Amino acid sequence: MSIPYFEFLRAELAPGLLDGLWVSLIVIIPSALLGAFIGLTAGVLRVYGPMPVRKLAEAYVSLFRGTPLVVQVFFWYFALPYIKFGGWSLVLDPIPAAILAFGLCSGAYQSEYIRGGLNSIKRGQIRAALALGMTTRQAVMNVVLPQAFRRALPGCGNEIIYLIKYSSLASIITVNELTGTATTIAKNSWRNIEVFCTLGVVYLLLVTVATWLLHLLEDTLSVPGFERPQE
Amino acid sequence: MSQHSENTPILEARNLIKVLGGNRVLDSVNLDIGRGRVKVLIGPSGAGKSTLLQCLNFLTPPDSGHILLEGREVNAGSKKELCSFRQQVGMIFQDFNLFDHLSALENVRVALMKVRGMSKLDATERAVAELKRVGLVDRAAHYPANLSGGQKQRVAIARALAMDPKVMLLDEPTSALDPELIGEVLTVIRALAQGGMTMIMATHQISFSASLADEFIFMEKGRIVEHGSPAELLGKGVGSRTQAFCAKISELTGEADGEFRS
Repeated sequence: MSIPYFEFLRAELAPGLLDGLWVSLIVIIPSALLGAFIGLTAGVLRVYGPMPVRKLAEAYVSLFRGTPLVVQVFFWYFALPYIKFGGWSLVLDPIPAAILAFGLCSGAYQSEYIRGGLNSIKRGQIRAALALGMTTRQAVMNVVLPQAFRRALPGCGNEIIYLIKYSSLASIITVNELTGTATTIAKNSWRNIEVFCTLGVVYLLLVTVATWLLHLLEDTLSVPGFERPQE
Repeated sequence: MSQHSENTPILEARNLIKVLGGNRVLDSVNLDIGRGRVKVLIGPSGAGKSTLLQCLNFLTPPDSGHILLEGREVNAGSKKELCSFRQQVGMIFQDFNLFDHLSALENVRVALMKVRGMSKLDATERAVAELKRVGLVDRAAHYPANLSGGQKQRVAIARALAMDPKVMLLDEPTSALDPELIGEVLTVIRALAQGGMTMIMATHQISFSASLADEFIFMEKGRIVEHGSPAELLGKGVGSRTQAFCAKISELTGEADGEFRS
């Protein structure tokens, strides 16, 4: 009665998922960049910031690591418009709301890896930089952070892989990305198993490409003493 | 006038006190050093030699006391003044502390560019010259992970020299080295001293430093116990505590130091 899988894939599923894939990329790439930027900033502030800033960064991390991402996504999309700043309120479209939610959540986790990386750098490195007349800021930016970033990169990459998969949550605020599109197709066609198995394969491909790109970055930044462990 | 300025010590420490974990690591230490002089800090470990050197450039801020550079007191509360002071005081660490992610050349160059604001071209030229001075220009592209301990310490010396310091603080520069690598570093230090560099060095290399130092400073329990020229402290039959300490070290390391034995 129903058409064969490959026919279904060619005529309906693949074109739909391809549209969804572009939307997913529009969400994932800016979220990953935003998350990396926030993670780097928050990580440095947590280790080297003045005490009040340090506490503030800690609070940010606890809040965004401690609440479910679904709640955060709903908050930025549904709740934010109700918060009035002197008569003004901010209404975000679904895609910007998703990017903000993912970026902030990813940044909280990224900052953990950066913090670990910073703490793993020997005290002597910063002392030597200070002894040459660098300010603490120059020492952190030119000596400690470049080393810490290389150490943190595998962890941060891992976080980006997670981000690719939890970007599927954007579908709950009407973003028609991969998972949202797949759900619609599954409902209309009653072919749940085929649709969601295919969806899984698409995410697997996406993650494979991302892994390869991250390895490329690790190799580019690799210097003796900071190599990627050879598997 | 000129006579006066010649006599002004380059670096002077007055009444330095540092308490760490309830211990007086530095107990009212006074020290001054004139241009081109070499002073050597000796004493048992825990005597406060390292702490003294680190207090002299505020890497470990002293609890109280004054530090003067060419007769002017350093205000460590001012970031700008502190950074400018540290540029003029080179520091060599026991464990080298080369920047691990930078090549030998970049290690020497980075502060020239970031602190001195030199162009990359000028900084590179200067860095190459300094690496030549310590005999490592052929290792310029090597990273610390691929350098021997002795080479690392020589790069660290080049890095400090590139900032044109008025005085160098050396904190046991050869203590972390394998015995066969000590010589190359001592050769560089000797050349520096002969070139007129002002230096304060903590070391256990007694015979080497006796041939170099204008003054030995013997520290114990955070205090300067004895000081004087190596001949005064180590001469036959002097019976100084410095001599007793040095004799013990020579015995342990097998250093052939016959003329200084009591």
